[in-house]
Parts: sequence; structure tokens; C-alpha cells
Amino acid sequence: MDRFLFLTFGGLSTGAVYAAFALALVLIWRAARVVNFAQGAMAVATAYVGYAVASATGSYWVGLGAAVLAGLLLGALVERVLMRFVGHANPLNEVIVALGLVLLIQAVLGMVFGNGYRPAAAPFDTDALTLGGVAALSPYDLWVLGAVLVVVVLLALLFTRTPIGLRMRAAAFAPEVSRLLGVDVSRMLTLGWALAAAVGALAGMLVVPTGLGLHPHAMDLVFVVAFTAAVVGGLDSPAGAVVGGLLVGLILSYVTGYLGPDTTPLAVLVLLLAVLLVRPGGLFSSARARHV
Amino acid sequence: MTGVLEVEAVSAGYGPVPVLRDVTFAVPAGTIAAVLGANGAGKTTLLRTLSGLLRPAGGRVRFDGADLRGVRVERLVRRGLAHVPEGRGVVAELTVEENLRLGGLWRSDRADARRAQDEVYELFPALARRRRHAGHQLSGGERQMLALGRALIARPRLLLLDEPSLGLAPKVTAQIMALLRRLCDDRGLTVLLVEQNVRSALSVADQGVVMSLGRVVTAAPAARLRDDDQLRHAYLGF
Repeated sequence: MDRFLFLTFGGLSTGAVYAAFALALVLIWRAARVVNFAQGAMAVATAYVGYAVASATGSYWVGLGAAVLAGLLLGALVERVLMRFVGHANPLNEVIVALGLVLLIQAVLGMVFGNGYRPAAAPFDTDALTLGGVAALSPYDLWVLGAVLVVVVLLALLFTRTPIGLRMRAAAFAPEVSRLLGVDVSRMLTLGWALAAAVGALAGMLVVPTGLGLHPHAMDLVFVVAFTAAVVGGLDSPAGAVVGGLLVGLILSYVTGYLGPDTTPLAVLVLLLAVLLVRPGGLFSSARARHV
Repeated sequence: MTGVLEVEAVSAGYGPVPVLRDVTFAVPAGTIAAVLGANGAGKTTLLRTLSGLLRPAGGRVRFDGADLRGVRVERLVRRGLAHVPEGRGVVAELTVEENLRLGGLWRSDRADARRAQDEVYELFPALARRRRHAGHQLSGGERQMLALGRALIARPRLLLLDEPSLGLAPKVTAQIMALLRRLCDDRGLTVLLVEQNVRSALSVADQGVVMSLGRVVTAAPAARLRDDDQLRHAYLGF
């Protein structure tokens, strides 16, 4: 029972990071109908920036801010100079360009920072606190859960309560009609990419200190897991991304805990396959909305 | 004069195939012009060209004397031109309220945007009852009211309407036509109306512009098109 609780808490904490990552994927999917396969590499790049700034200034928080800011800029840049010019005729076009971007980012990071592992310090203790004899969450886990929760709430408020959020949703659902109503759709698209990359940057900063370390390929498996989480929840649904992320985090935690860490990557793929076979739209799919 | 639309020798198309050829007509301020013609005559393409969704290959579109060439689509609404596209253009995923708010977001006069929104609810009580419903839950008639109401929130001087009667009950169509007439007479709104439903369009329009295979074959007062049997037979086929 103790072990089950321990694995549950651990799963929720890593699941929160997957949720944030999946949310970043969903944001871009909703805005541009592109699965951003470069999300992981972009997050690593911003994490490098974040930890470089953190070690230069001595403050994790300044580094975190720098990483999120770098995410905003990188996202906008990728959309403005690259994705904008990719033809939409074939959905594979964007995937190929994104994969190319992954290679580019990883090569540049290797050239600038070297390909070795760099330790990344966590701002809080990563040892689990024991509650009534059960090893539960560490202070760092609590920070991760809290940070992701705040981001989710802020995004929800942005999209449902603000004029800019209304513009972004309208631009994503009906670009032509939105333009006729005076919405600068192209700017909304850039903003969507910027926001998504900033959320990805935060997720990257959160996941790196949890034993991953910082290296150009740090996010490769995390990306696959986050993609699975997004598919589980439904690529169209922000709520689905959060639930999917937590769910996948829990499942992987149990698999790792009871079956051993070697099976984890396999479990991710099995889960992805199962969801695609049984419910390809994801748990929260809202395909009905477009049948008008 | 406000709301005058002048179309001069406009040609446009998709790819190398021209759909519009040398289209010329004018709509005086405060009047309704109905663009009539069979499927494929280029009526929708005409509206899309006027609102900049499609770049004209040649010719000129002037609105209140100003050339619209090179004006970005999203700026046109700020100049007083509203386009209700084919298929009504309600954003299905947004609620009625959100659709209406969207129509007024660009306006700096927030108070008047709110006032305009309340006016739409007064004009169409059915929408007021369904404020929180998503666009895809509305009936065809409600969607048309929403699209039209949303365009009115911009307080346009020129309204481009693509097939407002499509799929609507005759009674609803008549209501919408009567509303257009009232907006013209009371507020001086200029309307360019694309219609398949020739009778209902001519019943409300001042002018009929008949198109065939991308050209304007005749532009005449609506009353003449309605009453002159020869004209009607020749151009409208009934």
C-alpha cells in the first residue's frame, strides 16, 4: 500500500510535467493544425538559456523567467520565419520541417554548449517528505504541481475571459470569418506558437532537474510521452491534455514501479497504440462541433 | 456620400481560370442591389473579391471613392464594410454571445459595441434566449440571424450578404429581407445581396445586377426586372 501511494504521488508529479508539455502541443494544434514535433527540442533550447542565466545570475527564478521569455521569442520566431512558409497541402510537410528543426536545434545546442550532460540544480529539495510513514511528495514535486496548476488556470482564463483569447479561439476555428470580423489571424497564429513554446519552456525547466540532466537530447523521450498524453486526452482539448498528462504519468509510474524501468518506453508505445486503435480522437474529442 | 460601392472592370479567378470578367456596376448609398444569376455565375466570387479574400486580377473596387486595392481583409471592417460569407460564417464552437462579442472586438468605442450587441438581441429575441448556446446548436434561421446581427455590430455602411435565404423557411427569409429594407431606409445602410431566390431578392432590392458566366449581363432597376416580362424571361428564366 505504501508503495502504491508512493508511486501515485510520483506519477502525479511527473504527470504534471507531461500535462504542461501536452498542453503546449494542444495549443499549437488548435491554433495551426500542426503537431509540433520540435516541441521537445525547442524546450531543451530554452532550458539551456534558463540554466545559463540561472548560473550567471545565481538565481533560479531569474533563469526560469529567462527560459519562459526565450520560449515566447523562439515560438514566435519559428512561426514567423519557418512554419508560415510551409505549405498546408500535405500535413506531412509540417512534420518534416519540424523534424528538420529538431536536428538543427540539437546540432546548434551541441556546438554551443557541448553534447555532455550538465547537472541542473532544483530550486527545492527533491527528497520526498514522509507523511505518516509514507514517502509522499518532495517539496520540488509540490512546486511542479503548483506551477503547472497556475499555468493551466492562467491559460483557461486567457482563453475564456479575455478579448485576445476570444480572438485566438475564433482565429483557430474559423480563420476566414475572423479576418472578415477584423481579427488579425496571422498575428494570432504567431501568438499561439509563442504561448505554446513558453509553456513548453516552463515544462522543460520543470522536468530537467528530475534526474534527466541537461543535454541536447534530454527531451526526446519526454516528448514521446507528452505526445501520447496529448493523444490520450485528444489533441483538440486543453482539458484533455491535462487529464491525459496526469493519467499517463500515473500509468508510467505504476509500470516503472511494478514492472521495472526497462518496460517504461514500451509501455508508452503500447498506450499510444491502444488509444489510437480504440479512441483515435482521444478521451475528450469534440469532433461533433465541426459538423455544421 | 457614404457607403457608395463602385466596381470597375473587375476580373478575378482561382488560378489561371478567370471567374469574373470585366465586371462593372455601382451601388448608390442607402440602396439595396441584388446580384442574381445561376450557380457558377460568379456571385460568391464577386463578394470574395470585393472584401479582399480574393485578389482581383484586374480592375478597381472603390468604396466611398477610396480604392480598396491592397487594403488587408481585416482592415476593411474598420472602414465600414461588413461581409457575411456563404454558409453564414457563424463560428460553430463559440457561443452566441461570444460570436457577437467577436464582431465588436476591433471597435475602440466599447460602450457602443455593447449597445450594438443589445440592439441585436432586441432585433432577434431568439438569439437573446440562446446566448449561452454554441453556434452548432442553433437552427439555420438562428445562425443567419446571428451572422447578420454580428455584422451589424460593426455598424457598417456597406453590407455584403451571401445567400441569406439559403435553407431558410420563407417566413424567416421575408423577415430578414424586411429588416434589410428597414436598415437601408432608416440608417442609410448600403447592401449588396447575392441571392438564388430571385423573387424575394427583387421584392426588396432597388437594383438588380444579373450575372452569367462571370459577366454582368444587365443591371437594371429591380422594379423593371420584376415587371418587364421580356427582361425577366431573357435573364432570369421565369
